[in-house]
Amino acid sequence: MVSEEMEGTGSRGVGVGAGGGGGGGGGGGGGGAEQMDVESYASLYTGHTKIARLHFIADHCHSRALELEALRMAADEIKRGENTTLYRENMEKIAGRLGGPYVLDQDWIDSVDRKAAQRQEKLEMELNGYKTNLIKESIRMGYNDLGDFYYARGDLQQAFKCYVRTRDYCTTSKHIIAMCLNVILVSIELGQFVHVSNYVSKADQTPDVQDPIVLAKLRCAAGLAHLESKKYKLAARKFVDTQFELGSNFTEVIAPQDVATYGGLCALASFDRAELKSKVIDNISFRNFLELVPEVRELIHDFYASRYASCLGYLQKLKPNLLLDIHLYDHVEALYEQIRHKALIQYTNPFISVDLNTMASAFKTSVAGLEKELAALIMENQIQARIDSHNKILFARHADQRNATFQRVLQTGSDFQRDTRAMLLRANLMRHDFIMKGKFRKLSEWLF
Amino acid sequence: MMDSLDAVVTQVQALSGSADDCVHLAGLLKQSEQVLQVHAPRVGYALQALDPAKHSLGYLYLLEANSAGTLSREQAGSFLVAATNFLTVCSADQIRLTVDKFNILCRRMKDHAMQMMEPSSAILPLYAAIRKLQPSSEYLTPLHADYLLLCLLSKCYKAGLKILEDDIFEIDQKRTGLVPRDFLLHCYYGGMIYIGLKRFGKALEFFQHAITAPATVLNAITIAAYKKFVLVCLIQNGQVPPFPKYTPSVVQRNLKSCAQDYFDLANLYNSRNITDVKRCVHAHEDVFKSDTNMGLANQVIASLYKRNIQRLTQTYLTLSLQDIADTVQLEGPKEAELHILQMIQDGEIFATINQRDGMVSFQEDPEQYNTRKMANKLDSEIQNIIRLAKKLTSVDEQVLCDQNYLSKIGKDRPRYDPDDFELVPQKMYTNL
Repeated sequence: MVSEEMEGTGSRGVGVGAGGGGGGGGGGGGGGAEQMDVESYASLYTGHTKIARLHFIADHCHSRALELEALRMAADEIKRGENTTLYRENMEKIAGRLGGPYVLDQDWIDSVDRKAAQRQEKLEMELNGYKTNLIKESIRMGYNDLGDFYYARGDLQQAFKCYVRTRDYCTTSKHIIAMCLNVILVSIELGQFVHVSNYVSKADQTPDVQDPIVLAKLRCAAGLAHLESKKYKLAARKFVDTQFELGSNFTEVIAPQDVATYGGLCALASFDRAELKSKVIDNISFRNFLELVPEVRELIHDFYASRYASCLGYLQKLKPNLLLDIHLYDHVEALYEQIRHKALIQYTNPFISVDLNTMASAFKTSVAGLEKELAALIMENQIQARIDSHNKILFARHADQRNATFQRVLQTGSDFQRDTRAMLLRANLMRHDFIMKGKFRKLSEWLF
Repeated sequence: MMDSLDAVVTQVQALSGSADDCVHLAGLLKQSEQVLQVHAPRVGYALQALDPAKHSLGYLYLLEANSAGTLSREQAGSFLVAATNFLTVCSADQIRLTVDKFNILCRRMKDHAMQMMEPSSAILPLYAAIRKLQPSSEYLTPLHADYLLLCLLSKCYKAGLKILEDDIFEIDQKRTGLVPRDFLLHCYYGGMIYIGLKRFGKALEFFQHAITAPATVLNAITIAAYKKFVLVCLIQNGQVPPFPKYTPSVVQRNLKSCAQDYFDLANLYNSRNITDVKRCVHAHEDVFKSDTNMGLANQVIASLYKRNIQRLTQTYLTLSLQDIADTVQLEGPKEAELHILQMIQDGEIFATINQRDGMVSFQEDPEQYNTRKMANKLDSEIQNIIRLAKKLTSVDEQVLCDQNYLSKIGKDRPRYDPDDFELVPQKMYTNL
C-alpha cells in the first residue's frame, strides 16, 4: 500500500512535468506499473467531467490508494465550485478515510447554499423584469445565466430546461450555436445522448458556422453520441474528422487524447483497410491527435502492417485504463472483440491455405482456441474457408456460383408454384364465400 | 307425387332415359322421400328391380332409404356390398343431379366400413365415387376428406396419393355440396398422409392451406393442423416462419395461446441445443401424446442432430469422430459414426469415414447439374410453371370481368372527364 503511494507520487512529478502529452500513455506504460496516474489524467479535464471521471475511477478501480487519491482530488475540485449535493456525496464516499481537511464542512455547505439561494432569487427577479420588458436579447441572457447557475449547482434538469428555453429568443447564429453547445454539454452529463444528436444536427444546420473550434466541438459531441449507441463506424468517422484546433477548448467534456483513443479504437474495429489508410493513417489532422497517445498510433500502424502480436499486446496494455474511462468502459470488450476478429479475418484473407500452428503463434494463442475462434467466424460467414482438423490447416473455399445458381433456380421455381397454387385456392375460397363460421366443437367430434 | 313404392319404381324405370327426364325424375323423387321412408322394409325388394347403372338416380334414393337408421351386422355387410357395386357402376350424370343424397350415401358407407374395422374395403368404391362426382379433377368434394381418412386408417398411403396429386382449384358448393369443414379436413388428412410418406414439403403446403383458409372463428381442425405444421417445419426447415399476412386475424391472434408448448419447442430448437430440446420434449410429453404427435416430436429431435452435423460440414474439411460427438452432444465416437453413416446413406451429407484414424472427411455435393436427367427436370418444372401462369391470367381475367369488381372500381374512380380520358381503362367500356 505505502510503496504504491510512493510510486504514485514519484510518477506524479513526471506526469505534471510532461503535461498533457504523456498523460494517458504515461499512466499506462510508465515503469511497467498498471496504476493509472490519476493526477495527470485528471489534469486533462476541467469542470464537471473532471469530478465525474474521478468518481468513476474511485468506484471502479481495484486499489484503495487509487480510490482515495481520486476522491481527494475530487474533493479539492468540488470545493472550488458551488455544488453542495455533490460535495456531500463525495464526503460520504471518503468517509473520513483521508482525515484532516477532508471531512464534512457543514459551515461551507450552509454559506454556499445561502449565497446560492440569494443569487437564484436575484436572477429570477431580473428574468421576470426582462420578460415584462419583452427585450429578446436580455431574456435570452437571463435564461442563459439562470442555466449557468443551475449547472454550477448541479441541478442538471433545470439547467437543461433553461438552456432549451433560450432557443425562442436566439436571433443570430452565434446565439444558436451557444445554446446548442450548452444543451449538448448538459445532455452529455445527463447521459441523454438522443438530445446530443438532435442538437448537434441543429447546430450543423445553422448557416455560417465557420469557427473551426466550434465545428470540432460538434464533431466530438456527435462522435460521443454514436459511441454510446454502439454505432462504432459512425463514431469513428466523426472523431477522425475532428480538427486539431480543438486543442483544450472542450476539456469540460473530452480531452484530445480521448479523441485519439476513441477514434483510433472505433476505426480499427469498424473500418476496412482502404478506409483505415485514407481516413486514419494518411489523415494529417488526426495524426496530430495520435501523437498525443503514442500507443494508439503504434497500435494502428501495427494492425495495418499485419504485426498482429504486437498490436494485440498494445491493446492488452491499454485495457485496464480504458476500463476506467466513463464513456468507453462498456464498449471496451465489444471493440476489442471486433478488432481481434478483424485481425483474424485479415490474416487469412490472402492465403489459399494457412497452417494453424503458425497462425496461433502469430496471435499468441493455442491451436485449439484458435480453431474454435475460426470455426465461429466461419459459421457467421465472415471467413470463406474450411478447417482440416486432422492436419490443422485452414483451406480457403470459394463457393461454386454455378451450382448455387441452379439450386436457387429450382428452389425459386418450387416456391413460386407453391405460393401460386395456394393463392388460387384461396381466391376461390373467398369468391365462394367459403368461410369457416359457427360454433366451436370438440376436436374428438371431428376426427377419428 | 307417388303414393306407393311400386309407382316409384315404375317412374324410375320410365324416366331414366334422357337428361331432361332425369331432371324431372329428380324432382319427383325428392317429393316422394316420405313414401320411401314409410315403406322402408320393402325397399330392399324394390332395389332388385332396378339396375344401378341405368337407373342410378332411383337406385340411389332407394339404397339410401334402405340403409337409414341403425343396421345389424349382416345388414351393414350387405349394404356395403350393394353400395360398393353401385358406386363402381353408377352413371356420373345422373348422380350429379342429387349431390346431397350421394354425399350422404357415401358418408354412411364410410361410417359402416369404419365400424366394421375394414377401412380398406371402402377405398376403391370411394375413389370411383370421387371421380364420378367431380366435374373435373380440380374440384374438391366432401368425399375427399372421407377417402383420405380411410387411407390413413388403413395405411394405404399410395392410394391417398392418387387423389392428393391433383391440384385443387375449384370450390363449388352447388355442384359438390361442400362445406368448409370438409375443406379443412381434406387439408389436415392430406398433410398427415404426406407425413406418412415422408414428403414433408408437401405436408407443409397442405397444413398451411388449413391455417390460412378464411375463417371468422378458430376451430379445432386449424389448431391441430397448426401443431403438426410447427413440428414438420422444424423437421424440414429448422425454423417456423411467421404467419403469412393473409392468415385470418382470428387465427393469428388466438393460435399462440392454444399451442403454447409447440411454440416453446420451436424457440428452443432455434438455439440448436440438443439437451434443451430433449428436456422440453420430455416436459411436454403428455401434451404431445394426447395430440398423437409424439412420433413427430421424436423426429424433431433426430432432425436437430442432423442439422448440427450438417453445420459442421460447412465449417470443417475433416474432423475427428470424437470432436463431432462433442460438438453435437452425442454419446461417443461410435454413435457419431452411426449417425453419419445413416446420413450418408440417406444422401443428406457427402463424406467418407476413415476408421483407422477415426476421421471423417466432408466433401462437396457432387451434383453438377449437367446431366440429361437434370435438364429434363428443369424442363418439366418450366412447363408446370407456364401452365400455372396461364391459369393465373385466366383467373385474373375472370375477376376483371366480374360485376362486383367493376362496380367497386367504377365508384372509386372520378367521373369520366373529357380532358383526361386515360383515367378509366378502355376495357371497362367495351364489355358491359
